Amino acid sequence: MDKLKRVPIKEQDPSVRVNNFDEVCLGYTLDEAKEEASRCIQCKNPRCVEGCPVSINIPGFINEIVKGDIEEAFNVISKYSALPAICGRVCPQETQCEERCIRGIKGEAVAIGKLERFVADWARENNIAPKPPKEKNGIKVAVIGSGPAGLTCAKDLAELGYDVTVFEALHEPGGVLVYGIPEFRLPKEEVVKPEIENLRALGVKIETNVIIGKSVTIDELMEEEGFEAVFIGSGAGLPNFMGIPGENANGVFSANEYLTRSNLMKAFDSNYDTPIITGKKVAVVGGGNVAMDAARTALRLGADVTIVYRRSEKELPARVEEVHHAKEEGIHFMFLTNPKEILVDENGWVKGMRCVKMELGEEDQSGRRRPVEVENSDFIIEVDTVIMSLGTRPNPLISSTTHGLETNRRGCIIVDEETGQTSREGVFAGGDAVTGSATVIQAMGAGKKAAKAIHEYLLAKKR
Amino acid sequence: MSKDYTYVITRKEKLAESIYLMDIKAPRVAAHCYPGQFVILKIDEKGERIPLTICDYDRDNGIVTIVFQALGHSTKLMAEYEVGEAFRDFTGPLGKKSELIDMPREELSKKKVLFVAGGVGAAPVYPQVKWMKENGYEPDCIIGARSKDFVILEDQIRQYANNLYITTDDGSYGMKGNVNDAIRHLVQEKGKHYDIVVAIGPMIMMKFVSLLTKELNIKTIVSMNPIMVDGTGMCGACRLTVGNEIKFACVDGPEFDGHLVNFDEAMKRLSMYKTKEGKKILREKEGETHHHKDCQIHKE
Ligand SMILES: Cc1cc2nc3c(=O)[nH]c(=O)nc-3n(C[C@H](O)[C@H](O)[C@H](O)COP(=O)(O)OP(=O)(O)OC[C@H]3O[C@@H](n4cnc5c(N)ncnc54)[C@H](O)[C@@H]3O)c2cc1C
Ligand SMILES: Cc1cc2nc3c(=O)[nH]c(=O)nc-3n(C[C@H](O)[C@H](O)[C@H](O)COP(=O)(O)OP(=O)(O)OC[C@H]3O[C@@H](n4cnc5c(N)ncnc54)[C@H](O)[C@@H]3O)c2cc1C
Ligand code: SF4
Ligand code: SF4
Ligand code: FES
Ligand SMILES: [Mg+2]
Repeated sequence: MDKLKRVPIKEQDPSVRVNNFDEVCLGYTLDEAKEEASRCIQCKNPRCVEGCPVSINIPGFINEIVKGDIEEAFNVISKYSALPAICGRVCPQETQCEERCIRGIKGEAVAIGKLERFVADWARENNIAPKPPKEKNGIKVAVIGSGPAGLTCAKDLAELGYDVTVFEALHEPGGVLVYGIPEFRLPKEEVVKPEIENLRALGVKIETNVIIGKSVTIDELMEEEGFEAVFIGSGAGLPNFMGIPGENANGVFSANEYLTRSNLMKAFDSNYDTPIITGKKVAVVGGGNVAMDAARTALRLGADVTIVYRRSEKELPARVEEVHHAKEEGIHFMFLTNPKEILVDENGWVKGMRCVKMELGEEDQSGRRRPVEVENSDFIIEVDTVIMSLGTRPNPLISSTTHGLETNRRGCIIVDEETGQTSREGVFAGGDAVTGSATVIQAMGAGKKAAKAIHEYLLAKKR
Repeated sequence: MSKDYTYVITRKEKLAESIYLMDIKAPRVAAHCYPGQFVILKIDEKGERIPLTICDYDRDNGIVTIVFQALGHSTKLMAEYEVGEAFRDFTGPLGKKSELIDMPREELSKKKVLFVAGGVGAAPVYPQVKWMKENGYEPDCIIGARSKDFVILEDQIRQYANNLYITTDDGSYGMKGNVNDAIRHLVQEKGKHYDIVVAIGPMIMMKFVSLLTKELNIKTIVSMNPIMVDGTGMCGACRLTVGNEIKFACVDGPEFDGHLVNFDEAMKRLSMYKTKEGKKILREKEGETHHHKDCQIHKE
């Protein structure tokens, strides 16, 4: 066996998976996992751990895999992460834990994410769940939003004995994990639901259909319903549009709408009632993970899909693995191209998109070269559906209805970075609501920090 | 199945052919809602998210009243539910409360308000008329319907309206004609003065009322009902052009200045899933045998 190389992982064949919504990556078997785990050299100062936003004891759990004690491996991970089956699938490992892995210097990094996923899947299949705390302290804490930030904060507080209620605006808990990330990357029934059930098993209550700021305010939760602290993990769900002519035509969607219809409402499954426009020729505007997800969803619904991105391939913000999968599946890419207008037919439907060519100029603040239009380079692409994937912003619902809660220019809640403490006493926040769109594991890291800070705040208050 | 669900139906009435009223037990919504706002209801696991205006509420008993027209798949399914059964999801209140409610009292007391309700639009108009009366104002109201059988909530609105006028397309009840005929009659023939018109009904009606009131120079508020998914500002499905701006009806509205709304665009957007909905009905009739990749309907 070549120790420089990873144990390959099985995936659904691209020609088959373009016709279904089943998971692309099939995961390791026990033997494969053990073999991959044996590539870890158990560093004394493991650099991989520094790359993980929740500092999972990576060599620790990998060592248990080598020994064949998967239950113990799961116990190790559970000390740090509430959602390992999810992170193992969607973390951008290549820029986090795996980027720092010592194995990566000469060969391929240890497949930390895939091993984490293996352990979590094994635990679920063998009905191993975290145990509820022995003693409850009866102190009520409210968590707003059931995305990764909220779920993590809720888990840590429940384990400390708090009486935690999660309030979720939608009819299903999970945040982006259920409404955004597609089934073929993150199965809902098999993976997301059980992780949420684990939380319930810890005694966490989840109230869906409650929109904080509308159904009840934070002030009321604290003054009338007896919650002594609040964590806001409401995400950054508001979609941006370009502001170009024709953008309200029939057949133009935000990626959020398209993905929500398909994932949360299960429009891809004809047993569900929510409709979705499939389109024959679809353009997805943008280059992030969200764009890849929208494109691959449209492809599975039967469309010919092109990603239109204003910079070059090198600047694509999406994960390498996602771009690779998208290409394998036959998604076309049009780089250095920017839409100027959506062309509309007499019935109000999209019939094309006028674009311009771009070239890369000076670097901007983010260090990426700024795209500039090439003069007189207009051209038209024929499409019947356009999906706008241009990033999102935090929803102002909570900040506008909570007294004394400060936000910055971009609408993000202002917090103390170490504790998640907001400008309002007893109110903490974390995840995309604070940072703007980021990652699952960063949101979890923020939820964790806040749980610790809330515990300290409440201890001090009780003294 | 439905017994496990949370949002229990405590009253059901048939108001007219295929128009139903239901009381739903939903304490959080009832405690916080105001006229002008709406809810989203989801029948069961597989259901769509259906936006419906709040027609009345009883804060003490935690009850919210909705009125709906059984039009397509989801609303017809809703109509089959009976008292004691329950819906899976019911969330709100969504959207902003009516502009009138937030208007300073001093200002509103100087305004003469005319409500114009078309069809099921009487349902969202009712709580606003009631609120005005209970707060010491004297609004007038027009209810327009196809025929006598489709005039709903007449007695309820009459209780609170200063004057109630009814028009029917076929003249079977009240004045013959549409709501615009009634507005013209009141303003131009009877010399009535109105400062604000609140028009709620089908988009086409709101469009023509707005055109008329523009001509008559009366400020007009309409309540838009575009296609929605989440109802919390997350998807943009409900976007409209109002003036030169893009607005999300679910968070910026549903009420807007009728003189600024681009109704033609909104009506086109409302028809976006017509073919899809047709497909669903075909599927119900013919089962999955209809589902074939080369079928013309699927290609549309
Ligand atoms: C399509 C897509 C693909 C992505 N892919 C990846 C990936 O591969 N890897 C990765 O690491 N990250 C990915 N991300 C980003 C990642 O999902 C987010 O950074 C992360 O989910 C943020 O977590 P959060 O808990 O802060 O918020 P969210 O997951 O957004 O959850 C917020 C929750 O709060 C609820 N809420 C909002 N307002 C209220 C309110 N007023 N009252 C009650 N509830 C409210 C929302 O309904 C939502 O359920 C992706 C994002 C998207 C959209
Ligand atoms: C803010 C708001 C308030 C509303 N209040 C009421 C009300 O009080 N009473 C009432 O009877 N109806 C109301 N509606 C309309 C109601 O939501 C639709 O009639 C219902 O969703 C149709 O569903 P269906 O499956 O029965 O019919 P479908 O066959 O799916 O649709 C029939 C037609 O209704 C429209 N429609 C479909 N889905 C939606 C949707 N999700 N949102 C909006 N329109 C849609 C389309 O024009 C469609 O062609 C309201 C809509 C909005 C947005
Ligand atoms: S949580 Fe993410 S970053 Fe941390 S070890 Fe797992 S895959 Fe790596
Ligand atoms: S850096 Fe790599 S080899 Fe070292 S402990 Fe971490 S995973 Fe193992
Ligand atoms: S319904 Fe989704 S933003 Fe309004
Ligand atoms: Mg429908």
